[in-house]
Amino acid sequence: MNKSRINLWIGIVLISVLMLMMVVSLFYTPFSVTEINRLERFEPPSARHLLGTDNFGRDVLSRIMKGSQTAFFVGLVAVSIGSILGVLIGAISGYFGGIVDEIIMRIVDSMMAFPSILLALMFVSVFGVGLRNTIIAIGIMSIPSFARITRSGFVQHKELDYVKNAKIKGVSNLRIMFRHILPNVLSPIVVAASMGFANAVLAEAALSYLGLGIQPPNPSWGKMLSESQVFITVGPWYAIAPGVFITLLVLGFNFLGDGIRDIREKR
Amino acid sequence: MRRIVLILILLLFAVTTLLSQRIVVAVMQDPDFLDPHRAAASGTYEMMFNVFEGLLKPDPNGTVIPAIAESYSVSEDGMLYTFTLRSGVKFHDGSVVTVDDVLYSLNRLKGSNGERGLSSDFEKFVSKIEAVDDKTVKVELSTLNTDFLEKFIVAIIPESNENHEKNPVGTGPFRFVEYRPGQRLVIERFEEYWNPELPKVEEVEFRIIPDNQAAIMSFLAGEVQILPRLDAIQAMVLGDRYNLLTAEQNMVQLMAMNHAVEPFDDIRIRRAINHAVDKEEVIEIVADGYGTKLGSNMSPIMSTYYREGLEDYYEPSAEKAKALLSEAGYPDGFDTKITVPSNYQFHIDTAQVIAEQLKRVGIRAEIELVEWSVWLDRVYTAREYEMTIIGLTGKLSAYEILRRYVSDYPRNFFNYSDVEYDRIIGLAIEKTAVEEKASLFRKAQEILTEDAAAVYIMDPNFIVALAPNLHGYTIYPLYVQDMSTLYYR
Repeated sequence: MNKSRINLWIGIVLISVLMLMMVVSLFYTPFSVTEINRLERFEPPSARHLLGTDNFGRDVLSRIMKGSQTAFFVGLVAVSIGSILGVLIGAISGYFGGIVDEIIMRIVDSMMAFPSILLALMFVSVFGVGLRNTIIAIGIMSIPSFARITRSGFVQHKELDYVKNAKIKGVSNLRIMFRHILPNVLSPIVVAASMGFANAVLAEAALSYLGLGIQPPNPSWGKMLSESQVFITVGPWYAIAPGVFITLLVLGFNFLGDGIRDIREKR
Repeated sequence: MRRIVLILILLLFAVTTLLSQRIVVAVMQDPDFLDPHRAAASGTYEMMFNVFEGLLKPDPNGTVIPAIAESYSVSEDGMLYTFTLRSGVKFHDGSVVTVDDVLYSLNRLKGSNGERGLSSDFEKFVSKIEAVDDKTVKVELSTLNTDFLEKFIVAIIPESNENHEKNPVGTGPFRFVEYRPGQRLVIERFEEYWNPELPKVEEVEFRIIPDNQAAIMSFLAGEVQILPRLDAIQAMVLGDRYNLLTAEQNMVQLMAMNHAVEPFDDIRIRRAINHAVDKEEVIEIVADGYGTKLGSNMSPIMSTYYREGLEDYYEPSAEKAKALLSEAGYPDGFDTKITVPSNYQFHIDTAQVIAEQLKRVGIRAEIELVEWSVWLDRVYTAREYEMTIIGLTGKLSAYEILRRYVSDYPRNFFNYSDVEYDRIIGLAIEKTAVEEKASLFRKAQEILTEDAAAVYIMDPNFIVALAPNLHGYTIYPLYVQDMSTLYYR
């Protein structure tokens, strides 16, 4: 097995394990996610609480499991928003070219000029905190990268013979764009989506860490990280757990993205 | 060779003793104004308390004691205050405090010659300020206000000073040295302070460290000797190695229920919620036990006015809460929302615990975090909320504290209204005898508890961390840091 296969498999295994945990948490968590217990505050990891308890006496493992729902949900929806809009914009821009291309790409450039987290911060402070706005913000900030990638694919492919052929036959622009060209440029978009997923998880963690994302008592890994930092000397396990899981999930999607790209380049 | 070593050792000693005469205090924010009559932020008063003094000054028991005035008297009807100045009190520029300076300061607050005063209290209540002789000042009120004595803690400043903002001059135990925005405010010992025993250290630096975590790090590194306002969690992080003092901070943390909104207009619902909340659990989880349980809108530190025994009026009981809910027509509970300012983790944590406690009796409370400014606009001013958790900072005057519940008080964000309560508060402010007044205020607290006006949770104790060799810290029921009594040993 060569190196690119290893990357791919590490990614798949990490993501499947975390996804399994997420699916399980839909039906079962060892303890209630929100129930407080004053007798079990700051319990270190034990057989009863595998990852210990937090300052409210809540089971950290249960909250991590529940938090994975947030992470996956945010990642999935944000990447969907970003990729659908990004691909649409990129396709139009790349296929038609000319003045349309210029205008769209300058707008995308100006979006890229802002650090994406800043853009998301601005969005959340204007439209209010909460899960929905967090997802929209993260989705919007991932549009430029999808648009760029799609456009470059379309620019290459629109001059190729099969496209010219289709045009001569009088196939509609829309059909050429999405039935003929898109399947051929899909693989870099899939790679971008995988990386985008990792970025979305990180962005959600960052926004929640800053208190602008998910609202308590719902668990989110970023929120847990920020809440736990003041207790780092009293209950280090509480801070370590969300940190490790964010790392694993982000790593998983990065490996997956790398793996897919390597295989594609080999071909 | 030996001599050089000896000199070096002596030098080292000299340097350490010199250094040890200096205290660094971590403070959260910049002062708003250095001019004491313009300053409104408690963070400013906390520092400048050491620089300025009034005719009277606050004492640690929550009353006032003579400062620039040597003695004072209040007339029988409470309308005339007479102050006799202490002789030989000096300003930091070396000049002696005269009656003219006192008149200048008080008139600056009251407003004279068509100019507006800098204090709405003086503007509203004072009718006449006059000097009887060169030692005596008389202040006459236009409207009776039996709490007015406490207002005379406002700073007396020299008439000769041209710019009170750039060059603050007062009579306090410390002299202003410099202020660098965002960095520090430095004060040094005033040699000619009227009380020759104070202050005990040479210099104090208030270092502005807005981030709590950074302040703790500086403290652990020994760069800062006093951390004035730790909460329970930070104290837990510091552990037992340091000198920690705790005290009630005269704050009332409560969960307000909007009386104008259904179903909180029903007293049975409010009582049910009071039964549902287990304050001891909140204190233990949120404040790590560093909190004093409350039963009404008054902290025990206000000992004169505090009505004891109310804190257990509603014992925590899910059965009673459920019974009251069914009686009020909500046997299955209801959905509600707790609005909490997002910058106060303490209140957010409290909300999380209370939401769980309410869930046990069937009330489903969603937590909504809002920006502080939004909270002020929407909850405090517009009163558009269902429930909210907030801490009301204490005042020295029981009237100021309890006035919040008077029906037509503009900041009565509870929408609380009770004829009897209004009458009692109105009556209390007219009484001059402290005991009569106090018994009325105690009655007012009872009404609030019986009416379940809010859920009174706790007075979160504040914790002061001191360097191990620092002694003599005085705790006040006010937002001040008295540096004059501190010394190293």
